[in-house]
Amino acid sequence: MTAVSTPSRRAGSSGLRRGEAAAGWIFTLPVLIILGVFLLIPVLMALWVSFSDWNGRGSPFAGDVGFVGGENYAAITTGGGLAERDFGIALRNNAWYVLLVVPLQTALSLFLAVLVNRAVLRGRGFFRTAFYFPSVTSTVAITVLWLFLFSTSGAINQVLSWIGINGPNWFNEPSGVVHNLLGVFGVTSGPEALTQGTFLGVSWWDWLAGPSVAMSAFVLMAVFTTSGTFMLLFIAALQNLSGDVDEAAMVDGANGWQRFWRVTLPQLKPTLFTVLTLGLIGCWQVFDQIYTGTQGGPGKTTLTPAYLSYNSAFISQEWGQGAAIAFVLFVIIVVFTILQRFLLRDRPVSRRRARQYEVRPAARKGTAR
Amino acid sequence: MWQIVLYVVLAALAAVYIYPFLVQVATSFKTNDGAAVDPVSLIPSPFTWAAYEQLFLRSDFPTWFANSAIVTVLVTIGRVFFNSLAGYALARLRFRGRGIVFAALVAVMAVPTVVLLIPKFLVINQLGMYDSYAGMVLPLLVDAAGVFIMKNFFESIPASVEEQARIDGAGTFRIFWSVVLPMARPALITIVILSFQGSWNELSHFVISTQSPELTTLTKGVASLASGQLSQGSQYPIKLAAAAIMTIPVAVVFFIFQRRIMNASEGAVKE
Repeated sequence: MTAVSTPSRRAGSSGLRRGEAAAGWIFTLPVLIILGVFLLIPVLMALWVSFSDWNGRGSPFAGDVGFVGGENYAAITTGGGLAERDFGIALRNNAWYVLLVVPLQTALSLFLAVLVNRAVLRGRGFFRTAFYFPSVTSTVAITVLWLFLFSTSGAINQVLSWIGINGPNWFNEPSGVVHNLLGVFGVTSGPEALTQGTFLGVSWWDWLAGPSVAMSAFVLMAVFTTSGTFMLLFIAALQNLSGDVDEAAMVDGANGWQRFWRVTLPQLKPTLFTVLTLGLIGCWQVFDQIYTGTQGGPGKTTLTPAYLSYNSAFISQEWGQGAAIAFVLFVIIVVFTILQRFLLRDRPVSRRRARQYEVRPAARKGTAR
Repeated sequence: MWQIVLYVVLAALAAVYIYPFLVQVATSFKTNDGAAVDPVSLIPSPFTWAAYEQLFLRSDFPTWFANSAIVTVLVTIGRVFFNSLAGYALARLRFRGRGIVFAALVAVMAVPTVVLLIPKFLVINQLGMYDSYAGMVLPLLVDAAGVFIMKNFFESIPASVEEQARIDGAGTFRIFWSVVLPMARPALITIVILSFQGSWNELSHFVISTQSPELTTLTKGVASLASGQLSQGSQYPIKLAAAAIMTIPVAVVFFIFQRRIMNASEGAVKE
């Protein structure tokens, strides 16, 4: 038995492992073909379309389809027309969405995980199920529910009215929350420096408008539906931590708060990175809820690049621009992921700190928890 | 004292997470006026089945449901078979190019799905599969993440098991099918759950691969309901009834496999 348990030595055509190479390729072939045909080839085709003037009729490789170079990319970034402005607005909307959703969902899911992970907690199965359930249901179903909850006569406004707040008509309210906040202090128009200058056809003042009230409802929905999934990731990570380090810190006199920030959190870094990355990637792809709910309205304030890409191609028949938007979005996601990896890389300081705690408590194994 | 605060916080949070779904079900039994007048109440008054009658007897809802069911079953079977085949090959079979195949899969996983909407439509259209079950199902038949799950699991099975079968003269496929695959039940169940959820809840792929009403899935149909088709005015009871029915299958799967889903990565931790 000892000889056969090291199969890697017996590669190739010898004896029992004959035909293995052929089998290997045959076994992986279905996956390779399907992913190749429906993933790799499509991306290459779309890349071509993004440089062409294809109008959606016939094949994009037909003779009458012309190569237009970077024209489609220029139209959405420097064109000065509606295409550029729409792209600018979509980026603005999605940037605010990311800026709010990613930190909120990460913090909330970590908070839930820490609460639910307590060993002495009764009914933690129930609580976990409650927090996780929204993650199982489809975005379409949740969006329908959200449209109802946040309608003018919906449950949210009803509850707000109990404490004397007159809730807005959420999904029909295009005003930005930052602008609204400034409005409370009497600031209704920006300084000239901000209103004059523009980026991607949108004035700086409008970039800073914040998410619209309608978009804020989507922000809350995203936090509601994703916190459960990420909570599970954090729970798994917490379970894998050895209690020793925590205990050593306790012996050293660290209080609960300090132990969380300086001992637990640094050890959760890999999971934190996963959650932030998944959150970031997901948040730049907002499509289903927009398609189901507001279709970009009101006043284009829930337009996102993903939805705009779909809309440009399938509705407006601007296939080149739609594909160009998709590729710009792709680049944005990749850049953010790399940036995050760079920012969250392991720094020597935290590692040394962790090691300080790791050395001592080895002898006390077993008494933990 | 501390303990009480903890439970109060948890209970409040749980209420926030659960209450919307209770309101959803309750509202589906309300009249239009009832839904508007008392949106928070969990007791429909007057109580009515009107929304469900409308959905099942006077709309395309049954067709949508059937389409979602067909697609979900086909996709799930395909994924279980193809993902485990590829996962097994990557975990156990030595063949030239295995490293490249693996690297390609990793690269594929990094491509955001929304970016693929237009590209997928182009290929489906070019292959003449637009507006057909083939176009809906084929592109979803495999997923790189599923291959990884299977690969990881197969790597954890001791090699000696297969060697025994090999000595007895079994071929590679036979070893895979009758020896290793039955041992992989936990991983297979995971794939079943993930692909069931994934394809039942899928929207964007069906949006770009179909247009005819006969091929509308639940997600697409309910999305069209949400934007006002079929109904005059808001008609929330019908929309919420549709959303509630749509949630039932995934909810059932969730509650059956709950322990596996919730404890997926906890291993042997005792509760």
